[in-house]
Amino acid sequence: MARSVTTQRKSLNTFIAWTIGLLIFFPILWTILTSFKTEAQAIADPPVWFFFDWTLENYRVVQERSNYSRFLWNSIIIAGGSTILGMIIAIPAAWSMAFVPSNRTKDILLWMLSTKMLPAVGVLYPIYLIFIRFGLLDTRIGLTLVLMLINLPIMVWMLYTYFKEIPGEILEAARMDGAGLKEEILYVLTPMAIPGIASTVLLNIILAWNEAFWTLNLTAARAAPLTAFIASYSSPEGLFYAKLSAASTMAIAPILILGWFSQKQLVRGLTFGAVK
Amino acid sequence: MGQIVLQQVTKSFGEVTVIPPLDLTIEDGEFTVFVGPSGCGKSTLLRLIAGLEDVSSGEIRIDGKESASIPPAKRGLAMVFQSYALYPHMSVRKNIAFPLRMAGLDRAEQDRRVEQAASVLNLTDYLDRRPGQLSGGQRQRVAIGRAIVREPAAFLFDEPLSNLDAALRVGMRLEISELHNRLKTTMIYVTHDQVEAMTMADKIVVLRAGFIEQVGSPLELYKNPRNLFVAGFIGSPKMNLIEGAEAAKHNATTIGIRPEHIHISAEGGAWSGTVGVSEHLGSDTFFHVQDTGLGDTVTVRADGEVSFRHGDRIFLTPRDEMIHRFDAQGLRIA
Amino acid sequence: MSTKASRSAARLMLAPAVILLLGWMLVPLTLTLIFSFQRYLPLRGGFQGWVGFENYVRFVTSSAFWPSVQATVIIVGGVLLITVTLGILLAILLDQPMWGQGMVRILVIAPFFVMPTVSGLVWKNMFMDPNNGLLSHLWRSVGADPIIWLSDASMLSIILIVSWQWLPFATLILLTAIQSLDSEQLEAAEMDGAPMLSRFWHIILPHLARAITIVILIQTIFLLAIFAEIFVTTQGSFGTRTLTYLIFQRVLESQNVGLGSAGGIYAVILANIFALFLMRIVGKNLDR
Repeated sequence: MARSVTTQRKSLNTFIAWTIGLLIFFPILWTILTSFKTEAQAIADPPVWFFFDWTLENYRVVQERSNYSRFLWNSIIIAGGSTILGMIIAIPAAWSMAFVPSNRTKDILLWMLSTKMLPAVGVLYPIYLIFIRFGLLDTRIGLTLVLMLINLPIMVWMLYTYFKEIPGEILEAARMDGAGLKEEILYVLTPMAIPGIASTVLLNIILAWNEAFWTLNLTAARAAPLTAFIASYSSPEGLFYAKLSAASTMAIAPILILGWFSQKQLVRGLTFGAVK
Repeated sequence: MGQIVLQQVTKSFGEVTVIPPLDLTIEDGEFTVFVGPSGCGKSTLLRLIAGLEDVSSGEIRIDGKESASIPPAKRGLAMVFQSYALYPHMSVRKNIAFPLRMAGLDRAEQDRRVEQAASVLNLTDYLDRRPGQLSGGQRQRVAIGRAIVREPAAFLFDEPLSNLDAALRVGMRLEISELHNRLKTTMIYVTHDQVEAMTMADKIVVLRAGFIEQVGSPLELYKNPRNLFVAGFIGSPKMNLIEGAEAAKHNATTIGIRPEHIHISAEGGAWSGTVGVSEHLGSDTFFHVQDTGLGDTVTVRADGEVSFRHGDRIFLTPRDEMIHRFDAQGLRIA
Repeated sequence: MSTKASRSAARLMLAPAVILLLGWMLVPLTLTLIFSFQRYLPLRGGFQGWVGFENYVRFVTSSAFWPSVQATVIIVGGVLLITVTLGILLAILLDQPMWGQGMVRILVIAPFFVMPTVSGLVWKNMFMDPNNGLLSHLWRSVGADPIIWLSDASMLSIILIVSWQWLPFATLILLTAIQSLDSEQLEAAEMDGAPMLSRFWHIILPHLARAITIVILIQTIFLLAIFAEIFVTTQGSFGTRTLTYLIFQRVLESQNVGLGSAGGIYAVILANIFALFLMRIVGKNLDR
C-alpha cells in the first residue's frame, strides 16, 4: 500500500511481527546456541541463554566419533547429483512444452504432476526389490536416481513456468535473424532463462537435501546422507543434547542459507505456478 | 529486389482453416498493408510469408524462388514484431548486430552497419543501453534497426505501433513511411487500424476470416469499396449504411453515404432529424443525428464553426453522386 | 514457432522426461498391484500363492486400520487448521508496514528448510523431553507438573511439530497472494465505509480463497505422506500410527508385503482423490 502510516502503528506492527518471528525461529536459534554449550549446560535448569562457556568441542566430537563429513559428502553428492541429472532431463522437456506446445502439452504437464503425488509408501517394496536386484541398495547412485525422479515433475513445472514468461516472439525474432536451433539456445534462450534455471536448481537442492523417506529406507551405512545420520540420534544418543545440536546445526545450516535466497521461487515451485 | 507471390496458399490448424486458398502478388518496392479486424488471418498470412508457420498447401515465391520449404532466416526477410522482441540481455548495439553476427560478418563490417543504422534512426547515443532502459518509441526504433542492417529483400511489420501511445504512433508512422521512401524496399505491414493503412499504404489488402475482401490503393478502397464490409471498414468515422425504403429509392438493398458527403442545414433538405451527441474536434464537428426515420443514427461531418445544440431540429442532404449502392449479397452495384 | 522441424525436435526433447516418469510410475505401481493379490512373505520364501482380494479385506478389517485412519485424519486436519488459520493472520501481519520486514520474513520461513529428522529430534529431545526439555523447565518454573508430551499428548505433539514445519509454507504462499491484491480495491472499500473486519471478510478472504485451496490441497498431499517426523519420535506408538506408517510397518518391519501392498494401493487411491482436485485448479491456471 503506497500510503504513509503513523509511526506509532508501524512500531506496533514491528513489535508484534518480531515477537512472532522470533518465537517461530526460536527452536532453530536454541539448537544453534545449544550446540556451543557443554552437555551439562545444555540441560541446565533454569536454562542458560547466552552467558555460558562457548565451546566448539561438540562439533569436534561429532566429526570424530561418527565421521560426520562422510554423511555430509553423501548429502552433497545425492542432492547435487540428482539436481544436475534432473536438470539435464528437465530443461529440454520444459523448453519443448513451453515453446512448441501441442494440444497434449497440458495433459502431459498435469500427468507429470500426478506422478509427484504418488505416495512413496505405495511403491516402497517394489523399489526396494528393484534396488536389491540391481545392487542399488545403500548406494549413492541409487538414491540419486530416486531423488531425481521424485523431483523431476517439480523441476519440469518450475522451468516451464519460467520459460513460458520468455515471449515466443523473441525466439521467432532470433530465427528470423538467422539463428539456428543451436544459436537460439546458446545466445538467446539460455541467457534469458538463467535466473529461472538458477532458482529451480536452488529449490531442488533444498528438496533433495531434506528428503526423508527414501533416504531413510534405502540406505544403511555406506550411502546414508545427513537425514539418516540425524535419525540415528533417535536412539539414546539423542540424550546428548549439545552433540545432537551440533550435528543438527551442521545439517541444516547450508540449506537454511540457500533457502533464504530462494523464498520467492519456493512459492512458484511448490504450487506448480498456481500462485506467483 | 523483393517481389512476393502467393499462389493458392492455405493454412489450417488441425480442423480449423485460417486461410482458405489465397492468391496475392506484392510487387517489388511496394508498401503493402494487410488490414482487417482481429482474427481475420492477417498476422497468420504475414507469418506464412516469414516462414514462422508452414503453409498447409500452396506456393510462396520470393523473387521468383519457391520459398515454402526454406527456413525463415534464409528467405532474406526481416521482421519487426508487435512486442519488438528485443533481446533483453543484450545492449542496443548487440541487438542490432545480432543478425549480422549470425550471418558471420566480420566485426568491422558489423560495426559499420550498426553505426549507420543507428545514425539513421537517432539511436547513436543509446547504443550501449539495454532495451529495458529505453522508451517505447526507442525500442521500436531498435527493432527497426535490427531489421534494416540485414538489408533484406522485404520488411515485415506485425502491428508494430500498437504498443505506442497515440502521439508517438503518429510520429513513428511518418518515420516508417520516410524509411520506405528512402530504401524503396518492399514492405508488408499488418495492422487492424484502418487509419494506419490509409496513411501509409501503396496497396491495401483487406482481409476477413482469411478471405481477401479487396485489394487496391487507399483511394480506390475509399471511393469504390467492393462490398459492405470494406465500405464499413475503411473511412473514419464509418460510412452510414441505410436500408429499407430509402435504399429502395436507389434500386439497392443497402445504400452507404460517408459522413463527409452529407450537407447539414437548419433550413431544409432531403432528410430531417434531431441532433444527439456532437463531437467538436476544432477543425471538424461530427453530429450524431437521431430520429431520421432511416434506422440507425446518422453521422455527419460539418465544419468546426457549425454549431447546433443537442435536440436541435436539422435537415440533411446527401450528395447524390457519392451514394454507394449495394445489393442483397452486400456487393457493390456498379 | 510451430514448423514441422521444430515440432519433431520438441518431441525428441520431451521424450526422456516422459519415458522416465512413465517407468517410475508404472513399474513399481504394477508390482505393488501384483503383490497386493499375493500372499508374499519374503522371510518365509516369498511367493505363497494368489489370494485375490484377501489382502484388501484383511487390511481394512485389521484392528490397526481404523485407528490409523483416525490418526491420519486428526493429524492432517489439525495441521491444516493450525497452519491455514495462523498462516492467514501471519500473512496479513507481514504485509503491514514495519521495520525489518525482510528479516522477519526470513525468521518465519526458516523452519521449512529444516530437515524433518532434525525438527523431529530437536522437538522430541530438547523441547518435549519430560526431564530435560525446555518445555518441562517452563512447566516446573510455574510450579506445574511437566507434560510427558510424546506419550500423554502424543497426537498434539506430532501436530505441533508438523505445524511448525508447514506454517512457513502456508504463510509464504498466502503472503504472496495477499501482495497481489490490488490496494485500490481496499481503498475503494474504505471509501465505501467498510470497517476493517468487513474488509477482511469481504475482500481479503475471498481474494485468498484460491491460494487457501491450493495450500490445503498441496499440504494434504504431503501431510498424508509424513513419515520421518513419526519415525524419529514415537515410531507409531501412542496412537500416532498413521496410514502411511502402518503400511511402512507391514512392508518393512513385519515383512508382509502382500498386505502392505494392498494398503499401498489404498494410499494411492486416497492421494489421487486430493490430487484430482489440485490438478483441476492448476489446470485451469494453465489456460490463462
